[in-house]
Amino acid sequence: MYLVNYIKEVLSALRSLLIGMRRTLFYFTHHKEIITEQYPDNRATLKLADRFKGEVVMPHNENNEHRCTGCTACELACPNGTIKVITKFDITPEGKKKKAIDKLVYHLELCTMCNLCVYACPSDAIKMAQTFEHSVFDRNQLTKVLNFPDSKIMDGVE
Amino acid sequence: MVEEIGTTQDGDLIINVGPQHPATHGVLHLVITLHGETIKKVEPHLGYIHRSIEKMCESLTYRQFIYVTSRMDYLSSHINNHGCALLVERAMQIEVPARAQVIRVLMDELTRIASHELWWGAMAMDLGAFTPFFHAFREREMINEIMEDTCGARLTMNYMVPGGVQEDIHPDFVRKVKEFIALFKRKVDEYDEMVTDNIIFRKRMENVGVISAADAISYGLSGPSLRGSGVSCDVRKYYPYDVYNQVQFEEIIETGGDSLARYMVRIREMKQSISIIEQLLDGIPDGDFCAKTKAVIKLPKGEFYQRVETARGELGIYVVSEGATTPYRIKFRSPGFSNLSALDHMARGSKIGDLVAMMGTLDLVIPDIDR
Repeated sequence: MYLVNYIKEVLSALRSLLIGMRRTLFYFTHHKEIITEQYPDNRATLKLADRFKGEVVMPHNENNEHRCTGCTACELACPNGTIKVITKFDITPEGKKKKAIDKLVYHLELCTMCNLCVYACPSDAIKMAQTFEHSVFDRNQLTKVLNFPDSKIMDGVE
Repeated sequence: MVEEIGTTQDGDLIINVGPQHPATHGVLHLVITLHGETIKKVEPHLGYIHRSIEKMCESLTYRQFIYVTSRMDYLSSHINNHGCALLVERAMQIEVPARAQVIRVLMDELTRIASHELWWGAMAMDLGAFTPFFHAFREREMINEIMEDTCGARLTMNYMVPGGVQEDIHPDFVRKVKEFIALFKRKVDEYDEMVTDNIIFRKRMENVGVISAADAISYGLSGPSLRGSGVSCDVRKYYPYDVYNQVQFEEIIETGGDSLARYMVRIREMKQSISIIEQLLDGIPDGDFCAKTKAVIKLPKGEFYQRVETARGELGIYVVSEGATTPYRIKFRSPGFSNLSALDHMARGSKIGDLVAMMGTLDLVIPDIDR
């Protein structure tokens, strides 16, 4: 009786193994089901999601103008001290002093891509870019100034 | 105290498993006392991935501390964020728009499926089956893509904010989730065919790591691990948050108390999550996705506690507020820590080969144990 049970068990084990192997064989013969992406060979066609959080950038228009007023909302929202807003005072044509950004320093090496700065910005001056190949040879290169040289604030943004 | 590694006077062998060992998940260090092949004692040693999250939170504002919780139980980061957002909302009495509530529950359930899938693949790999890992990751990738479209991240989301969610769902969200559900329903049966009905798998799971209901409660188990011992404990049923009281779902309870029971709870829970998503997906209400909140959130003076059901069990968030912009003290009751504490009780007297089955079915995520 023991022997019969033993043989039965071995046979049922074989059967369940074969059922499992059937799946493997199915995928082995159906190449359409393979979904692996061949990075970096597909870099030319690789497109990430529109909202993918890669790094913080400041979009500029064709006249080298941005929308940042220097209100430091992003600096206050950031949990890691990633963003530093350095402000200066511009003299307007009317002779008044006006606060504007000198530099918006962004430390990519500290950033956790939590999106809180973009969420806090009242004038949509910064946004998340879809870049992800961030490796550089020197970590100083990870500290970036987001506003372009000689850029100024767009008209009508308060 | 740690006994010295080697042989004791009784002839027992003391060995290390981990911190970086193929049999452990993440950086868990187990000191195991063996008598022959039989386990006499399992001592988990923690601290390898301690980041002092609770202390860190004390210097972060109530908007900022949510992002850190994604890094605790990284497989259910949406649900952790949800718990923190709920706590702030309840303390500030913020009314959350209906649309935001539905989006949050949809995200929670998608996260739960993704987490259980990863667990299923990793656990089958622990037991020696390599193929299930790739099958699980293939379907999980679809959820990751859905998340990436809407939240912009694949693991550490930080999508939920006090008052709602950061951004509205992606226009393709409903279509993609429907496609996923249609595919996933077929795949769950495939999982059963491949792993659940496999006789080798069953032999390694049945009557392994048995824990009785009374013991499970006294060790503080929660979530699928406790429901595998036949105790009803679903936070979504007992303390419903957002729209969980408006959806029909069954609380999965298995009475075996062994590894197979805990396994079956998770497999059946995936099907329940699908049913919750199906109920909500067609009727996402219109309206705002986030309520108007004050620029600076100051919680009133007092103590607050909020619990949510993560994929691993009950996550409790306890905040003491002094009325400032940052919490005075935060304590996270993480499900993984309590679940791990029962491992010694389960493993005593069983063979060392069964230890990975027990660890697998407890679904240990080490950053959740060591915050």
